[in-house]
Amino acid sequence: MIPRSRFRTRLLGGLGGVVLAAASGALHAAPSAGDVRLWAASCAACHGTHGKAEGAGLTLAGKPANELYGSLIAYKTGTKAATVMHQHAKGYADEELRALADHFSKIK
Amino acid sequence: MQRRDFLKLAAAPVATLGAAANAQANGHVVVIGGGFGGATAAKYLREFSPKTKITLIEPNGTFISCPLSNRVLYGGMSLRELTRSYDRLVARYGIEWVRGLVDGVDTDKRIVSVGQTKIGYDRLIVSPGVEFVYDKLDGMQSAAAQNKIVHAWKAGEQTRQLRAQLVDLKAGGVVAMHIPKVPYRCPPGPYERASLIAHYLSLAKPGAKLVVYDANPEIQAKKDLFNKAWASRYKGIIEYVPNADIKLVDAAKGVIDMDVHGVVKADVWNVIPPQRAGSIARKIGLLKPAENWCGVDFLTYESLMVKGVHVVGDAIAGSPGMAKSAHMANQEAKVCAAAVAAVLTGEAPSVNPIIANTCYSFVSQAAVIHVATVFKYNAATKRMVAVPGSGGLSSEASLAEGIFAMSWANNILNDTLG
Repeated sequence: MIPRSRFRTRLLGGLGGVVLAAASGALHAAPSAGDVRLWAASCAACHGTHGKAEGAGLTLAGKPANELYGSLIAYKTGTKAATVMHQHAKGYADEELRALADHFSKIK
Repeated sequence: MQRRDFLKLAAAPVATLGAAANAQANGHVVVIGGGFGGATAAKYLREFSPKTKITLIEPNGTFISCPLSNRVLYGGMSLRELTRSYDRLVARYGIEWVRGLVDGVDTDKRIVSVGQTKIGYDRLIVSPGVEFVYDKLDGMQSAAAQNKIVHAWKAGEQTRQLRAQLVDLKAGGVVAMHIPKVPYRCPPGPYERASLIAHYLSLAKPGAKLVVYDANPEIQAKKDLFNKAWASRYKGIIEYVPNADIKLVDAAKGVIDMDVHGVVKADVWNVIPPQRAGSIARKIGLLKPAENWCGVDFLTYESLMVKGVHVVGDAIAGSPGMAKSAHMANQEAKVCAAAVAAVLTGEAPSVNPIIANTCYSFVSQAAVIHVATVFKYNAATKRMVAVPGSGGLSSEASLAEGIFAMSWANNILNDTLG
């Protein structure tokens, strides 16, 4: 098993220029750019490749990071009603949601 | 396989036709199968690895979506609406499409054979879907029987045939389905189908009935929601019979000998056969003799049997809860593509994949229910595990989810096919 720190360094080296999300908690380091890109790809099944969806207001790309993060946290804590997103949001740590919000906000 | 083996493999020179020509350009990846798993893998490999040569081998000229195809049965959609071209995927993502069936793979020399064409690879991604197993369905082995009693479990001509049989049903007629033991493709699919056939009967065939014979002891997905829908919407139309196995089929007479009910006659039969990984998986050694599904490493989807070969989609032996669904195939393919892209450049694959399943089922022409799950990798068990507290079911069937279901289908088709 490769230590995570080494893995992260390599990926960052290979993906220079990709802006990392700021860590929201003191306990965890910021997720690697490669990990965030892969998590974001998961979202694309419903929200469109690169967060650009067709119809039903599902586009994430280019929305302000704080707005996206605020919605995700509201889904996660149950203060925002949803059909399914509250169930998805509960699968992620806060810093993972922050990283995803930052990722999608930077897509033009 | 251990991560360090990956690095070793990636570092070792691999002598194949494709690799030799593309050694400077991050190698050559061949994808077998252009369904939700294979098409997504090809597209996202291009996203993650711009210089890799990618070849997709798929015999069908167009892609027909299984999701939503139950809606064709009551007349709510046409197959044409579920059919998409591969043109965008091929053109926009620079993918070479070989239209043909794979005859075999030399996994030592890393060469795929399609007829006389030999295609070398550095990495092979196999997404063969399922094949139907008629061995134990006595009376169903002949082409004539399979043409009369259709499965309609791969969207296409058989979907059209089953629709036509339902249209021809006389008032007061009997439709019967049989559901195989799990695992099979799309766990809630048969119950969605039952709902939509019942919906059609309630509208168009007064007095007609649907009997659902299930080899399983109970409804296999969204059980309470389906039960509620059937009780409130289709009372007196659907009869559900659990623990029902088929002993003998007489397709010509429309008669099946069931172990629970004895001999049953129906005007229309829909038998969904037992399933296993698509036949190419066994042919190239991805299965142990007694296995039906391919074991994989969940960080890379590399086969546990053959190095350099990755498997995604319905053909894998998933971790508990990983359904054989279009959504899961799409998700697995992205993790696989990222891992292959990493390996081709000597990087380590991510050890933190997060994937999800979102699965909608229609219980009428407009009302829909869902189940959702988020999975993370557990390094101790080497499995994907549902995140505690995440995921769940609809609270009730709703029209709002009907709109989201259609949007889901449109967006996942876009995401899969470019």
